Amino acid sequence: MTRKQRRLTMIGGSLAVLAVAAALVLNAMRDSIVFFSTPSMAAEKQIPAGKRFRLGGLVQPGSLVRGDNLAVNFSVADGAAKLPVAYKGILPDLFREGQGVIAEGAIDATGVFRADTVLAKHDETYMPKDVADALKKQGHWKDDYGAKPSASAAPTQGAPK
Amino acid sequence: MIAEAGHYALVLALALSLIQSTVPIAGARWGDVALMNVARSTALAQLLFVAVSFTALVMLHVGSDFSVANVFENSHSTKPLLYKITGVWGNHEGSMLLWVAILALFGGLVAAFGNNLPLSLRAHVLAVQGWIAAAFYLFILMTSNPFLRIATPPIEGRDLNPVLQDIGLAVHPPMLYLGYVGFSISFSFAVAALLEGRIDAAWARWVRPWTLVAWIFLTLGIAMGSYWAYYELGWGGWWFWDPVENASLMPWLAGTALLHSAVVMEKRNALKVWTILLSILTFSLSLLGTFLVRSGVLTSVHAFATDPTRGVFILLILCFFIGGSLTLYAWRASTLKQGGLFAPISREGALVLNNLFLTTACATVFVGTLYPLALEVLTGDKISVGAPFFNLTFGPLFVPLMMAMSFGPLLAWKRGDLLGAAQRLTAAGIAALVAIAVAYAWTYGGSTFAPLAIGLAIFVIAGAMTDLAERTALFRAPFATAMQRARGLPRATWGTAFAHAGVGVALIGIVCETTWNSEYIGTLKPNEVARVAGYELKLDGVTQRQGPNYREMIAQFTVRLDGEKLSVMTPSKRNFTTRGSSTTEAALLTRGASQLYISLGESTNEGAVAVRIYHKPLVLLIWWGPVLMAFGGMLSLSDRRLRVGAPKPAKASRALQAAE
Repeated sequence: MTRKQRRLTMIGGSLAVLAVAAALVLNAMRDSIVFFSTPSMAAEKQIPAGKRFRLGGLVQPGSLVRGDNLAVNFSVADGAAKLPVAYKGILPDLFREGQGVIAEGAIDATGVFRADTVLAKHDETYMPKDVADALKKQGHWKDDYGAKPSASAAPTQGAPK
Repeated sequence: MIAEAGHYALVLALALSLIQSTVPIAGARWGDVALMNVARSTALAQLLFVAVSFTALVMLHVGSDFSVANVFENSHSTKPLLYKITGVWGNHEGSMLLWVAILALFGGLVAAFGNNLPLSLRAHVLAVQGWIAAAFYLFILMTSNPFLRIATPPIEGRDLNPVLQDIGLAVHPPMLYLGYVGFSISFSFAVAALLEGRIDAAWARWVRPWTLVAWIFLTLGIAMGSYWAYYELGWGGWWFWDPVENASLMPWLAGTALLHSAVVMEKRNALKVWTILLSILTFSLSLLGTFLVRSGVLTSVHAFATDPTRGVFILLILCFFIGGSLTLYAWRASTLKQGGLFAPISREGALVLNNLFLTTACATVFVGTLYPLALEVLTGDKISVGAPFFNLTFGPLFVPLMMAMSFGPLLAWKRGDLLGAAQRLTAAGIAALVAIAVAYAWTYGGSTFAPLAIGLAIFVIAGAMTDLAERTALFRAPFATAMQRARGLPRATWGTAFAHAGVGVALIGIVCETTWNSEYIGTLKPNEVARVAGYELKLDGVTQRQGPNYREMIAQFTVRLDGEKLSVMTPSKRNFTTRGSSTTEAALLTRGASQLYISLGESTNEGAVAVRIYHKPLVLLIWWGPVLMAFGGMLSLSDRRLRVGAPKPAKASRALQAAE
C-alpha cells in the first residue's frame, strides 16, 4: 500500500468509529435523559403518567408518613404547588422535613409520584443546587437558605413559608 | 504568625514562578546558559516555599487555630489528629494549596533529575510549569486564600463534613492530584517541543516515565475513590457516572491513550503530532476536572464546598491554557517532521486503534458530562444524564477495545501478521469459550449478556498470559530455558501483561457485581434473621456509644453460613452534633473476593432498625484490577530502558552542557 492509501485506511477507520460513537450517543440521548421539574413546573407542563423525570423541591413539613416495610409517603412542595411522593426503601442520611430533596421516578395513574431514587446529597447549605435555582427563579427563596449554618446551633432551617 | 508566614511564603512562590516563567525562555532565545539555568534554581526554590506554606496550613489545622477562617470552617478541637491533618485538603482552599504543592513537586523533580535533558528543553519545560504555577498561585491568593484571619476568633470550629472524616480522605485526594497534576509534565514537554519546533524519539523517552507516574497515581486514585464511595455512602454503589467521577475518568482515558501513543513515538518515531496533541488534551482534561469540581457548575452526589464566583477565575485559566496550547499546536504542529511508516495491521496500527477507541470513549464521557451544562445555558432546561447513557455509549466502545487488546502485543512492529496472532490466541479463545459455557450453565436462565462479558474478560487475561508464554517459549522449550527467558524479558513486557490482565480482572468484578448482586432491604427487630445469598444474618441488638466528636448507634449482626457461625458484623450510624448531620458506616465481611455489606437506615420507635444487606460476588476484583494495572505500570517504570541509555537527540546540545 502506498502512503496515501494507508492514510486513507486510517482516516476511514477513524471516521467509522466516530460515526458509530455518534450514533450511540444520539441513541442514548433519546432514551436515557431525565428532565428536572419542580411540582409547579410539573403541573404546568402536564407531564404524562409514566414519563420519568426528576422532581425537586422541599419536603413539606408534617407530610412524612412511614408505612410498613420501609414504605414512605411525603409531599414535595415548592411554595406554589405540591406533589405527593411514594417511595419504598431507606431514605438518605440527610433527608429531613422542610429541606431540599430530589426524587427520580414517574407519576402514576392516581397522580402520585412513584420515586425509585431519593437523593438528598446536599452541599453545606443543605440545599441541592437544582432545587435552589428553581426556587430562586420562582421567588420562593429566602436568604437564610443561602446563609451558612451558624457555628453554635445545628442547622435547623424552617419551611419556606 | 504561622498564618502570615504561610501567606508570605505563597506570595514568594508566586514571585519565583513569575521569574521561572520568563527568564529561562529569554535565556533559550539568546542562548544564554546562565539565564536558562535560572529555571532549575527557581523551580527548586518554589518547591521549598510552597512546602513551607503547606506546612504552615497543616500546623494551623493541627493546632486548631480558629482565628484562621479556613481552620474555623473545617476543623474542631475534638477531631482526631488524623482528620485534623487530612482536613487540610478536605476543603476548597486547602485542596487548591495541595494542588499547587504537587505541581511544584513535579517541577522540582524535573529540575532535580532532568540533568540529562538538553538545557534549552529543560528551560522551556520548567518555564511552562512556571506559567501554570503562576496562574494557580494568583487564583489562590486572589479568590481562595487559606490564611485569612477572622477579626473576632471563635472558641470552637464548625467541624469537617462528617462524610470526609475517613481514612479515604488521607489517601484519595493526594493520589488523584498526583495523577492530575502529573500530566502537567507531559503538557509542559509538549508545549516546550512546540516552542522549540523540534521533537524526536528521545523526547518520548523523557515524557513516557512522567506520564506513566501520573497514570499510576491516577489509576490508584480513581480506584481508591471508588472504594471509598462504596463503603462510605452506604448504597453499595461503586461508580455513579457522576460529573465529579467523570472529571477524573476523562484524563485517565486520555492519559492511557497518551501512554500508548508515546510507545509508538519512542519505538518507531511515528505519531509525533498526535502524541503532542494527546499530551495537551490530557492535561486540559485535568484542568477541566479541577474546574468542574471546584466551580460548582455541576451538581454532584459527592460533597464539596464550592463557590461559583471562583469558577470564573478557573474558567479563565482554563481558556488561557487550553486555548493557548491548542493555538500554538495549530500554528507549530506542521513544523514537526512526519515519522516512520507502518501498515494498518501492525503493532503501531493496534496502538492507533487503542488510541482511537480510548479517545472516542473519552469524548462520549465528555458529551454526557457537559451536555446538561450546555443545554441549561442555551435553553434553560435542566436535565440529568445518568448511568444508562454511559452504559449505552461507553460499554459498546470498550468491547472492541478489549478484543483488540490481546492481539496488539502479539503483532510485530511495522507489518504484523493477524492470522498468526489469531493462531497463537487459539488457547485464549478456547479458554474464553469454556468460561462462557460454564458461566452460562451455572446461571442458567439468567442474563445471557453477563457470561459473554466474562468470556471477554477471560480472553483478555488469557491473551496477556499468551503474550508472556510466547515470549518465554513456555511449553515449547524446556521449562528451565523458559524461566531463564522469563528473567531476561524486559520489565516493560511484564508490565504490559499485568496491566492488560488487570483490565480483564476488573471487568469480571464489574460484571459479577452488577449481575449477581443480591440484596435484602427491610426493617429488623432484635433477634430477627435476614437471609441473603445463603447467609443468615441475625440482629443481636442495637447499642449506643459516644465517639470523640459524634454519637454512634451500633447494630451487631451474627453471620451464619449453613448454621455455622462465621463472624460478627457491626454497622453503625454516626451523628455529628456540630454539623447536625449523620453518616452511615457500613460493615463489610470479605469472603475471598466477595463481600457481605450491611448499612443501617433509621431506627423506629419499637426498637426495629432499617437495614440494607447486600451480597456482592467478586466485588473486590473491581479494585484489584486497577491495582494490577498500577503494578504493571510500576514494573514498566522500573524497566532499565526507561532509566538509562536514553539516546541524545540528533542535534546534541553538548556544547551547552559542557559549559554548565
